[in-house]
Amino acid sequence: MEKFRGVDYYGIEALLSEEERMIRDAIRDWVETEFLPLVTEHHRAGTFPVQLLPKLGELGVFGATLKGYGCAGLNNVAYGLIMQELERGDSGLRSAASVQSGLVMHPIHAYGSDAQKERWLPALATGEKVGCFGLTEPDHGSDPGSMKTRARRQGDGYVLNGTKLWITNGSIADLAVVWAKGDDGEIHGYLVERGTPGFSTLDIHGKFSMRASITSELSFQDCRIPLENELPHVKGLRGPLGCLNQARYGIAWGAIGAATACYDWALQYAQQRVQFAKPIASFQLVQQKLVWMLTEITKAQLLCLQLGRLKDLGAARPQQVSMAKMNNVQMALETARLARDILGAAGIVDEHPIIRHMLNLETVNTYEGTHDIHTLIIGRDITGLDAFGV
Amino acid sequence: MKILVAIKQVPDTATQVKVGADPRLIDTAGITWIVSPYDEFAVEEALRIKEKRGQGEVVAVSLGPERVKEALRSCLAMGCDRALHLNDAAWNGADTLATARALAAVIKQEQPQLVLCGRQAIDDDMGAVTAQLAELLGWPCASWIMEEAVDAEGTTVRAARQVEGGLEVFDLPLPAVLAAQKGLNEPRYPTLKGIMGAKKKEIRDVKAADLGLGAEPSQLSVVGLEALPPRPPGRIIQGDVPTAVKELVRALREDAKAI
Repeated sequence: MEKFRGVDYYGIEALLSEEERMIRDAIRDWVETEFLPLVTEHHRAGTFPVQLLPKLGELGVFGATLKGYGCAGLNNVAYGLIMQELERGDSGLRSAASVQSGLVMHPIHAYGSDAQKERWLPALATGEKVGCFGLTEPDHGSDPGSMKTRARRQGDGYVLNGTKLWITNGSIADLAVVWAKGDDGEIHGYLVERGTPGFSTLDIHGKFSMRASITSELSFQDCRIPLENELPHVKGLRGPLGCLNQARYGIAWGAIGAATACYDWALQYAQQRVQFAKPIASFQLVQQKLVWMLTEITKAQLLCLQLGRLKDLGAARPQQVSMAKMNNVQMALETARLARDILGAAGIVDEHPIIRHMLNLETVNTYEGTHDIHTLIIGRDITGLDAFGV
Repeated sequence: MKILVAIKQVPDTATQVKVGADPRLIDTAGITWIVSPYDEFAVEEALRIKEKRGQGEVVAVSLGPERVKEALRSCLAMGCDRALHLNDAAWNGADTLATARALAAVIKQEQPQLVLCGRQAIDDDMGAVTAQLAELLGWPCASWIMEEAVDAEGTTVRAARQVEGGLEVFDLPLPAVLAAQKGLNEPRYPTLKGIMGAKKKEIRDVKAADLGLGAEPSQLSVVGLEALPPRPPGRIIQGDVPTAVKELVRALREDAKAI
């Protein structure tokens, strides 16, 4: 297949600034040269190329929208374009950047003390330190408010007990941002460093999705941390949900990357693959699939761009982020499935990127708020009625 | 130490170039433009020299239409300090000698101690500007550079160039012109901060009159561009291996006259 050509059916390129385009192109080149040659091998082995994390840090990907602490201070559209390009590589690559930026650096920046910011943000920005985010528990996924993990005050520290599951980069993280209920019954954020007694991690194996990404379980057994490791400026579910809102925004863009990778590949394949003495792209049913993919990608691009502009104005509502995450991931998943179909049997082997994206997107559809939960968030927003089953 | 890097904006390596409506020009519709890869080695090397010496200035310069600013902006994003854009209708269709004259004039104004460029641009592969430029300046020149080291005083540069089966090592007094070959270095990716910072750096438009030059008709005129004829389809030799091999050898000998 020829090099990825970009997908822009509606001249959206003209709506981007020169810097935004340069940033997109720089990350696209990087993914093409440094990441894509490695991905099949890591996908097969079920490993993540951890050596790339400092390189991403050097580029300035981590915490790219933050100001100060060595961060680039980009706008939200530029950040979105970065996520898009990373996920054109692999959802696991984008996840690593999403977690570090949206779920680790963001809460420290937004809710942390000055000392916490000074200590962690510069090292997380360069990728010298890796972070993870512990919210989901084995028995509490979509309903994090019912979490069981507790942080009890004991003398000059907190003692954590509980288990967190499905944690990206858990076992390689130097720092975990852990959400637990305190003595006041409210959810608080705690910074737990690797090596703290009582804190252990275990990787999850047997995944058929997000294989080129590390997914772990975090376990806290009488894990004692100093008082100053609590994030001082947030209390309640609003804390973790604020982080998820950041990460969901990145996912909405990332999904476009995965979808365009599948679409461009399937289009080229269909133009080259000959059956019944014609390229299969000449058949109406194949064209219908390609047209559906391109139309949905175009809609998703416009949705994200406007969401990013709103976010830059400080006017994006979480429900709007939910809509973009919900829509774009479903569109990407469906695009990947149709692309797989167009490739026929070839679509199931990892010589082509399609099946990898398709399987990854099953995870993306579920994590950071499932498709169904986002539907209910928007449903509640427009009807004023809560359908969360309580 | 002041270093000037001359770069050219060329179509992306993945572009399938088509002959334009004017058969002397390529069709530029839909082309993605990049900094010619050999020139990127030159930019990278200039930045490394500056970083190693702890001080200095790297100036990127390019001749061409308005779109060339994007290529210069990429050089600024990589770390060049400022850029000069030789941007004047007088240089439309400039051949290598006219380009070299314009560069020589700007170099006389800027007075860098070292000029770096790629060994050739990857679009027309002419590879003439470097030598013409050095000649016009009366400076020493070495091309296909694989390694270089400027001495501590900044008076000479030792350069190793690729020759058949090995390296040839030169000492050149500065100022000098060096042309980069692949392998000189691995160009950096522009960082996001670098890209954001590039917008604040200067790209100065330079007109022919600023250099005391008039319109110079190109001595070399392009008569036409022709696409290569499409390749004839390959032939698959059928049959069992011994027969197929015999047929292959016969075809290579008698039809293709390759052996």
